[in-house]
Amino acid sequence: MTHTLSAKHTDAPPATRRRLTVSPRARSIVEKLVGAGIVLWGAATAAFLAQVALPGDRATTILNVRSGQTQLRTPEELAPINAEYGLQDPVLVQYLDYLGGLLRGDLGISYQQHRPVWGIISEQVGATLALTAVTLVLAWVIMVFWVTLTAGRGPRIRAFGSGVDTVTAGLPPYWLGILLLLVFALGLGWFPVIGGTGVNGIVLPALTLAIPLAGFMGQATRTEFERSLDAPFVLTARMRGMGDVGIRLRHVLRHAVLPAVTLSGWAIGATISGAVIVESLFTRPGIGSVLITAVDSQDLPVVTGVVVLVAATYVVANLLVDLAYTLIDPRMKNS
Amino acid sequence: MTILDLNAKHIADLSAKRPVRLSVENLNVGFERNGSLRPVVKNVSFDLEAGQCVAIVGESGSGKSVTARTLVGLTGANAVVDAGSIRLGDDDLTALSSKRWRSIRGRRIGFILQDALVSLDPLRPVGKEIEEALALHGWGNRASRKRKVLDLLASVGVPSPRNRARQRPDELSGGLRQRALIASALALDPEIVIADEPTTALDVTVQAQVLLLLEEMKQRGVSIILISHDLSVVAHLADQILVMSGGEVVEQGTAHQILTDPQHPYTRSLINAVPSRKTRGSRLAPAPAAAPVHTAAHANDEHASFDGPVLEASGLVKHFTAPDGSRTTAVDDVSFTLGRGETLGIVGESGSGKSTTARIALALEEADAGTVRLLGQDWSAVPETRRRRLRKQISVVYQDPLSSFDPRWNTERILLDSLPAGAFTTAASKRERVLALLAQVGLPDTVLHRFPLQLSGGQRQRVAIARALAPSPSIVVLDEAVSALDVSIQAQILDLLVDLQKQFGLSYLFISHDLGVISHLSDRVLVMKDGAVVESGTADQVFTAPAHPYTQELLGALPSLDEHRAVSLWPGAASVHSATEGSTP
Amino acid sequence: MTDLRQQAVATAPVRRHVSAGFVASAITLGLFVVAAVAPNALTPHDPFAMDFTQALQSPSLVHWFGTDESGRDLFSRVIYGTRESLAIGAGAAGLAILVALVLGSVAALAGRIPAGIVNRVIEVLFAFPTLLLALLLVSILGSSPLTLVIAVGLGSAPGYARMVRGQVLSSKNSGYVEAARALGHSRSTILRQHILPNALRPLIAIFTMGVGQSIVWASGMAFIGLGVAPPSPEWGALLDAGRAYITQASWLTVLPGFVIVVLALAATTLGKHIQSFLEKGEKA
Repeated sequence: MTHTLSAKHTDAPPATRRRLTVSPRARSIVEKLVGAGIVLWGAATAAFLAQVALPGDRATTILNVRSGQTQLRTPEELAPINAEYGLQDPVLVQYLDYLGGLLRGDLGISYQQHRPVWGIISEQVGATLALTAVTLVLAWVIMVFWVTLTAGRGPRIRAFGSGVDTVTAGLPPYWLGILLLLVFALGLGWFPVIGGTGVNGIVLPALTLAIPLAGFMGQATRTEFERSLDAPFVLTARMRGMGDVGIRLRHVLRHAVLPAVTLSGWAIGATISGAVIVESLFTRPGIGSVLITAVDSQDLPVVTGVVVLVAATYVVANLLVDLAYTLIDPRMKNS
Repeated sequence: MTILDLNAKHIADLSAKRPVRLSVENLNVGFERNGSLRPVVKNVSFDLEAGQCVAIVGESGSGKSVTARTLVGLTGANAVVDAGSIRLGDDDLTALSSKRWRSIRGRRIGFILQDALVSLDPLRPVGKEIEEALALHGWGNRASRKRKVLDLLASVGVPSPRNRARQRPDELSGGLRQRALIASALALDPEIVIADEPTTALDVTVQAQVLLLLEEMKQRGVSIILISHDLSVVAHLADQILVMSGGEVVEQGTAHQILTDPQHPYTRSLINAVPSRKTRGSRLAPAPAAAPVHTAAHANDEHASFDGPVLEASGLVKHFTAPDGSRTTAVDDVSFTLGRGETLGIVGESGSGKSTTARIALALEEADAGTVRLLGQDWSAVPETRRRRLRKQISVVYQDPLSSFDPRWNTERILLDSLPAGAFTTAASKRERVLALLAQVGLPDTVLHRFPLQLSGGQRQRVAIARALAPSPSIVVLDEAVSALDVSIQAQILDLLVDLQKQFGLSYLFISHDLGVISHLSDRVLVMKDGAVVESGTADQVFTAPAHPYTQELLGALPSLDEHRAVSLWPGAASVHSATEGSTP
Repeated sequence: MTDLRQQAVATAPVRRHVSAGFVASAITLGLFVVAAVAPNALTPHDPFAMDFTQALQSPSLVHWFGTDESGRDLFSRVIYGTRESLAIGAGAAGLAILVALVLGSVAALAGRIPAGIVNRVIEVLFAFPTLLLALLLVSILGSSPLTLVIAVGLGSAPGYARMVRGQVLSSKNSGYVEAARALGHSRSTILRQHILPNALRPLIAIFTMGVGQSIVWASGMAFIGLGVAPPSPEWGALLDAGRAYITQASWLTVLPGFVIVVLALAATTLGKHIQSFLEKGEKA
């Protein structure tokens, strides 16, 4: 709506103003890219502020993190560190240096390992991304199957279906992971206890993350699924002789997945960070162990490096999600 | 390509004596809930002959739609259907498997719902929807189905079907997408078409086109069951009419008999309730049990001392910018005056800018150009803080009262809140005023502690009117205020509005898409199209001697009870329109 | 259309299980509150008494949840851990909603420029997953129960801020606010009488669900060694301590985890019931 509480209207341009003629499509693409850029810049800024906000003298902290001790340092010890990290520069200069570094793909230097953060992360990120991708696919398959099967049936099946959604959506990954580990790895011996990088090793970690995600997306999908089942166009399809299976698969599902598509961008970020717990539980390689060590030792460049990368992944994923959305729903989005 | 070619076999039917296509005997439907059965359709019987039209008319909750859906086996979950017999040709429909039902739906009985925007899958091209009907019943192969879709679209008057078939409902105009919906119902050449409120959401000119198309279908021998809340819509088409109320058929007979000599009081009240130019000055609803309450003063000194037009708008312009950056002109140089005690009707189809005009008059929307003066004082051009003092002079009633009430508040709180600040100081005087307001709108005290959701549609609109009266205004803006109501409730509210205007000397700015309502109530009329006023004048002028072609078109498209069995709604209508109508931008 | 709606109402499933779910979740949460307030009333054993002869006993009638590596009764430890876990959960959820309320209200109600800025801030924060944001805060502040509250609270705030913004916006653009404007009510009156009450009511439901979610996050952080540390009986710390024995004594992680799941589920269920009750309004 265009009206606001304030009486003034700033969004209605005067009648005489000439407007650059841009096609709505191009305009919305440009707006999306600008929005993505702002989010990235904001994420980078937040990451920088986090490093500055570290309490105490940073050079001292860096030395302590590096040596694993906590002690006061002499100015002689601190000088090379201050020079290396540019800690004597004004904050604004440090900020611009940091942003400039990010643009060149430089995420900073680890306090602890004294080498580029990007190097540390890039060694491990592949395994985490593989886990994320498998998780997302599994979650979608489980969710679509379960919702299509149970939504809009009799009251009992409906309640059961949505009850399963609620329960699984709330399952903490560590607990679900332990159960899967106990049953399928230790009990039945179908999968390795310590997840390697092999195909077999990825199943349990991916399921651990996928089941709650499927439940979470399933809640949104189910609501939309049942709304669509009651929609007049579905009634029309029935009236022309379409059966229930056809209606669910050919008409309703397409409408119902839209909210889950929207959630998927967010879900990718959440899955990457959820992977931290799961990788730790299944002792899988990935950025999980890097991150845990870094948080524990206050190795902030590594932590913020992961944060910036996840934010970037989120931004890219959301652009893809927008694309997928317009493919499924070609109507102009009036959000 | 016309329907004629597609329905050749029905013509053969026509030339022979009319066989009974569908026969319904003692149909009862109920819904089971918490173990008890709530009957919604009781003892409905009728015969539908080839090329005939049976109309089922009733208000919401009358059971007309449930009856229609039962005839295709889609009554709904928890429904209990009990029928003496339902025969489609030689087939008994009372005990069919779901597979048999599917072979009947679409192939032997087509079904048309209201508003193709939501009745066709909004994410798919209309051509795919029509093709689906063919494919479901194994008609032809992929290539022949594609050709058939184009033939079907052409036969219902869709120009350049090749392009239209690829568009989605939201890319087509209201008329074209309704035609596409009808084409999908006709795809397999069904003997019977059930049309459930097929024109309800449509503008009056589009409604006329759709009715003409149904008429054409009927002449080609298709039997039609037409469901509507509007007697005037069915008047042209129906051979037989069933009037339903509370699940029962209260009256049943030939269309001529029902429309000219109704026997049942309900039918009569339904016919009398339809507002039109001819009903102006007369009451629409049967007199209420209690006499209208004449309560004391509508205390309004400012109004009493002012002499001149209470509302003056000149040169109003309003543009809107869509999220994609495109701009539309919603209101384009609109001027009007509203005199004391007068009703100015603004009529137009959807998107004509009439509601935006009303919002500017209420100063809820800022105009890009032009001014509004209220009781001779600056109104649109001053800041809201200065307007606030004058706000009590102009109030508003919306189409949907439910959304205009805070769901947390009961009637009492709503009305107390609407009393002008400072006018009533003691709790007792406030309460007295609230009770007086209730009495004025004909509501019992018992609604005081009810919440909006607990009131009926008519009661809610009365509360909305009471709220509008509370500040003792000079002007009430009625924005589609009776459009969502059943015709009998609408009649009561219209009567109430007339009474209140007489009693308090109110001026009404009455916004509606419904020409009948406008002509019943208005002294003067503005006709709007695409944001501009195309014609204005006294109601008599505009409705008896319309000068502008658009007004003529609107009036021509208006179905009415009087011209029962008109040969055509307006000459050449369908062809003119299908040619000019393109896709919406 | 009206017919269709009435039909839909008529055919809506009988929802008798609704009240059962409500009662069950309310009772469950009530028991947790009792455990937090008066843990000694519910515990059969001293949660801190070590007895190495009883180490790593599997669940039995004597030790319902078994014993840990020091022979302490796990059930009693879970009961005693309730207070801290619940406090962390409620504190984090409360903080999250407070922050969300400020951000969301400004984003929905402030002038174009401040609202635009806050909107961007919310979008930027939303790009950080809850757990990651919480880990970032822990790495700055170090790990302690208080930083856990702050980390989880701020970590989950962006999501709630979006919800609050949506609520306030829909209330602000509602028909009843327009009706109040037409009646000549002032901005502040409308804000006080309509927008805030309608926008804030759902927060009760969101808070209830948030408590459960926050406990899940906090215990997840403890599980990877970045939350409350053993030997505290806080649930996350119990999980952390039990991890080492996952192959010999799986109950040490499975049962505290189960308790967390039960609490989270009860909180979600109760929250959903409150929500649907509020949505139905005073329909009675």
